[in-house]
Amino acid sequence: MPKIKLADNTIKVIKDVCAEYNNSEGELINVLHKVQHKLGYLPAEVQEVIAKELKTSVAKVYGVVTFYSFFSMVPKGEFPISICMGTACYVRGAEQVLNEFKRQLKVEVGESTGDGMFSLNCLRCLGACGLSPVVMVGEKVYGRVAPTQVKQIITDYRDGCGSSDSSKTA
Amino acid sequence: MDTIQLTIDNKPVVVKKGITILDAASSVGIHIPTLCHMKLDDLNIENRPGGCRICVVEVEGRRNLAPACCTEVADGMVINSHSIRVINARQTVLELILSDHPADCLICAKSGKCELQDMAHHLGIREIHYKGEQSTYREDTSPAIIRDVDKCIMCRRCEMMCNEVQTVGVLSAINRGFNAVVSPAFEMNLDHSVCTYCGQCVAVCPTGALTEVDQTAQVVRALSDPTKTVVVQTAPAVRAALGEEFDMEPGTLVTGKLAASLRRLGFNYVFDTDFAADLTIMEEGTEMLNRLSRFLEGDKNVKLPILTSCCPAWVKFFEHQFPQLNDIPSTARSPQQMFGSIAKTYFAEKMGIDREDLVVVSIMPCVAKKYECGRDEFKVNENPDVDYAITTRELAGLIKLANIDFNKLPNEDFDLPLGESTGAGVIFGTTGGVIEAAVRTAYELYTKKPLQKLDFHELRGMEGIRHATIDFAGFPLKIGIAHGLGNARKLLEKIESGESEFHAIEIMSCPGGCIGGGGQPYHHGNAEILKKRQMALYQEDSNKTIRKSHENPYIIQLYEEFLGKPMSEKAHHLLHTEYFDRT
Repeated sequence: MPKIKLADNTIKVIKDVCAEYNNSEGELINVLHKVQHKLGYLPAEVQEVIAKELKTSVAKVYGVVTFYSFFSMVPKGEFPISICMGTACYVRGAEQVLNEFKRQLKVEVGESTGDGMFSLNCLRCLGACGLSPVVMVGEKVYGRVAPTQVKQIITDYRDGCGSSDSSKTA
Repeated sequence: MDTIQLTIDNKPVVVKKGITILDAASSVGIHIPTLCHMKLDDLNIENRPGGCRICVVEVEGRRNLAPACCTEVADGMVINSHSIRVINARQTVLELILSDHPADCLICAKSGKCELQDMAHHLGIREIHYKGEQSTYREDTSPAIIRDVDKCIMCRRCEMMCNEVQTVGVLSAINRGFNAVVSPAFEMNLDHSVCTYCGQCVAVCPTGALTEVDQTAQVVRALSDPTKTVVVQTAPAVRAALGEEFDMEPGTLVTGKLAASLRRLGFNYVFDTDFAADLTIMEEGTEMLNRLSRFLEGDKNVKLPILTSCCPAWVKFFEHQFPQLNDIPSTARSPQQMFGSIAKTYFAEKMGIDREDLVVVSIMPCVAKKYECGRDEFKVNENPDVDYAITTRELAGLIKLANIDFNKLPNEDFDLPLGESTGAGVIFGTTGGVIEAAVRTAYELYTKKPLQKLDFHELRGMEGIRHATIDFAGFPLKIGIAHGLGNARKLLEKIESGESEFHAIEIMSCPGGCIGGGGQPYHHGNAEILKKRQMALYQEDSNKTIRKSHENPYIIQLYEEFLGKPMSEKAHHLLHTEYFDRT
């Protein structure tokens, strides 16, 4: 079992969240949500602290983390990219868009680029089916994305203008 | 009591409110097939995730089929347990399970004892109509247990055992859908986890997904090596269960046939772990009396309660989970290891055999014993005190391999000197037995008076946690007993918080003790089998002429010729051990 090697203040953040939910095992999902929100991801060491605080087994915690696609064990990139694979987006070519992102970034779904800039994930339906296929980068939504646009989206962020460029926001 | 009426297969049934259709049906002798469900009555162990859907039945007026294992009965229900719709559904469900299951039954370790195979037979599956992807996962081999997750049907029994019963918390379902598997956290291998190797996951696995590391081939090789002298020891619980592998009634004692079969297999000396159990009592009992006398003299530093240390899974459990209590358990090694140590010193010297030329094999009801004999502290110059520990099931396999007609074997005795044992040694195989054996000896050593009665019924039974007070000539000795690691945890937490008032506690990892060990013939969820094995051991005890460990003549001889006295320096070196912090 990996030894816990988290910084003291990180451990405190986790313990505080657990305490907020009365260290109750039944609140595991809520605890995971909040901790991920604060730390960005849920590495093994974090799950161990949570298991200990909630008096449950780390296997159970890991079971929940791996069951829900929302939870991530790898740090998200500075610009997390999410591609909607809901029915409408899927039939309008989301998979080709996803494949293009994979090809350009050289990562698989759930992974981050080596420089920590981008991470790639899928999600289900943003409720913007009229704009399908939809891609989110951070909080920003791109609609009617074609595979040919992928390279430009990435370049915009690499050049440091993507996040401030609001012209593409749907 | 509230009762309700219903009809199952045209049979009127009156049952308690709140029970399941499955239990209601079985109360009138109607057997509904199940796969993921397992229930051990009296032990409060039940697995009913309602996952497999093999047990579906048709309930009149209900749109969909109802899983019998987790649907409560209702007044006036009309149930059909084998309508065409039900049978079709069961076959479809099973075909879907089988479509993602390796079809290697011919060479599977579980073949012939597999509940999935039995179900396919029972439901008459002749063709699997669904073809598709098969899930694949790496095989995980540890010192005692092999995980072959491809054969897992996600019944979750192992998970229930590991988490709810044993509270070890190693196994959990991870990932989702087709990728879901039962695994330790972070998909680490078992030998990196806090697994105790208790083997209760193996004991309840319906398929070949969890099995013991099979060492019969190594044993056969040792037996056929003319340069080796091979001695065998057999644990108490084996004699109460081995017969089941040869279609005998559960609870049939096969001690004589067991000795005979081991001799036929070619072991040079057929000995008995019961001898080492008697030796354990001498050491552990003396240690207990030492601690008690110091306590009674007012020594505040003495560690009480003393905990038994015969069970390797229990030892590994507290090393991982309660290392701060490492100085509380007795330092006595387990009977298996005491036997190995004495065999490779005292016996080897007596016979003029070099340690390297002596192979010690043990037959155990346990898979953790495989791990235990590999622990470094039980080796001398890399040579282990016990070379191979095989399970009751593996021994049955060996006997069949050698074409021995077990049922027709004569009753034979164990060899001397390490085959002589007392009734106290025999009951080591059941929960409550070790402490009863210890009490018999400790009482007489402490009071210097013979016991009036040897049967301590107050220490026996199947309750998960039991306690009793024994009058030690005016001193009330308070005894606790726990079987199942979850129950052990409760007692340990009390010790930690200073609430425990016990002087001595016996702990066995497996429900029922070694009779319910992970290496025993599969009970397939029938707790009656465990009770019958338990009764068999008490019967063997009462049949013995000598029933107190300190009266075993060969134990007395061992101390006179070799060890000196209990807890002597030599005894300490050969028969005691230390514990490690594994956090």
